[in-house]
Formats: sequence, C-alpha cells, structure tokens
Amino acid sequence: MFMDFLKAFLVGGAICAVGQVLIDYTKLTPARILVSFVVAGVVLGALGWYQPLVDFAGAGASVPLTGFGNLLAKGVREAVGKDGLLGVLTGGLTATAGGITAAMIFGLIVALIFRPKDKGD
Amino acid sequence: MKVSKQEYSEMTKQASHNTKSYFTIPMAFLIGGLICVLGQALIFLYQYWGMSSEKAASFASITLVLLSALATGFGIYDKLAKHAGAGTLVPITGFANAVVSPALEFKSEGLILGLGAKLFTIAGPVIVYGVAASVLYGLIYFFFL
Repeated sequence: MFMDFLKAFLVGGAICAVGQVLIDYTKLTPARILVSFVVAGVVLGALGWYQPLVDFAGAGASVPLTGFGNLLAKGVREAVGKDGLLGVLTGGLTATAGGITAAMIFGLIVALIFRPKDKGD
Repeated sequence: MKVSKQEYSEMTKQASHNTKSYFTIPMAFLIGGLICVLGQALIFLYQYWGMSSEKAASFASITLVLLSALATGFGIYDKLAKHAGAGTLVPITGFANAVVSPALEFKSEGLILGLGAKLFTIAGPVIVYGVAASVLYGLIYFFFL
C-alpha cells in the first residue's frame, strides 16, 4: 500500500511540475494550461499511452486533468465500439458526466451559500 | 508616465522576477503530489467499502471536487494556490476551484448571468475543447480503426 501512495505522489507530482514549468517559462495562462492538459490527456488516451500510467500510478494519473482527458478518450472508444457512429457524440460526456455534474452542482451550492472573499488579504 | 513597449516589457520582467523556479516547481510537485495521495487514499477507502476500482476512482475524483469547492468557499484553496501554483491548478481540484471561484465572485451580478454564467468561465472552454478532441478521436476510431 505504501508503494501505491509513493507512485501516486511521484507521478501526480511530476504531472503538476510539468504544469509549473509551463507557467514559469511560457506565457500560457492558467485557463490555457487547464485546456491543454485535458486535450493532451485525450491525445495520450487515444494513443493508448495514458491508461498504462493510470494502471501504474492510480490517483497519481487519474486525479490530474490529463486523467480527465484520458477518460474522455476512453469513453468515446467504448461508446463507438457499442453504438457505432452515435458513440462519437455520446461517449465523451457520458464517461465524464459524474465529474462535470459534481463540479457544477457543488459549485452552484457553494457559490449560493458562501460570500465572496476579498482577494487583497 | 509614458513608457515605450520595450521599457514596459522590462518593467514586467522585473515585476515578475520573484517567481523563482527552484522554489515554484518543487512546491507544485509537493502539493500536487499530496493531492493525488489524498485521491489514492479515497480510492482505497471506497474499494474497502466494496466498489470496483473504476467506480472508486470516479468517486474519489468527485470527493476531491466537493472538498475543493468547499475549500474555495472558505477561501482556503486560493491561499494554498498562492504557494502551490500548478500543484493546485492541474489536479481535478483546480478545475473545481476554477468553477466555484468566478461563480462566487460574480454572484453579485445576479443568479443567471452572474453566478450561472460564470460557473463556466473556465469549465466551458475545458469541456468544449476536451469534448471536441474526443469527437475527433471518435471519428478517427470509427472510420479508420
């Protein structure tokens, strides 16, 4: 079990370090980095390179947004296998619906309940 | 004060000089890694409760989204993000933070075009381009593979 935590830490940390290198050495904004990581995850997932990383590192690969992209690619592949052409349109969002809906609903609830904080402190 | 383009770029370079990579990159690694360790702990917990490994991973991500939304509401996440940089941006918690943060900030502009619309300031582009990439892959997979 310790080894699983270590692998999650090292792989997850390394993926975040790549993001930090992009922040420090390019002019990419945080929004662009989020989009890039998800699209990179779709590409890596489509090539079949990301799933081995998930199998190796668990949450270290599934928690970063590249894992979200991998899930999109995986969902489309499975849906096309099952439903053919329709799966092209349904696969991605179906596989990621849980995460997206959770972010939307928890976001809605929190934004309704809490008051904005001053950014200046 | 009048500044030329060149002077301005010099000024911004000086102003942003305090982001030292030998500090920011290890911090991103550390905090990002720890968030993933928390995710792994949740996966083990949910597996212990009898979930399949795929379901456990989904629920772990959803739990992290919930925790991050709450931490954003309390103003904790943004404080952590100041030190962690990409360490709090790249994990799914960063996505949740990017959903809650503008929604909360623009709540005063109303529930529809304020809160409701700003929920998607970052989530919108992420979903649009992520899904577009998946559709492109789906088409290639359907016709050629």
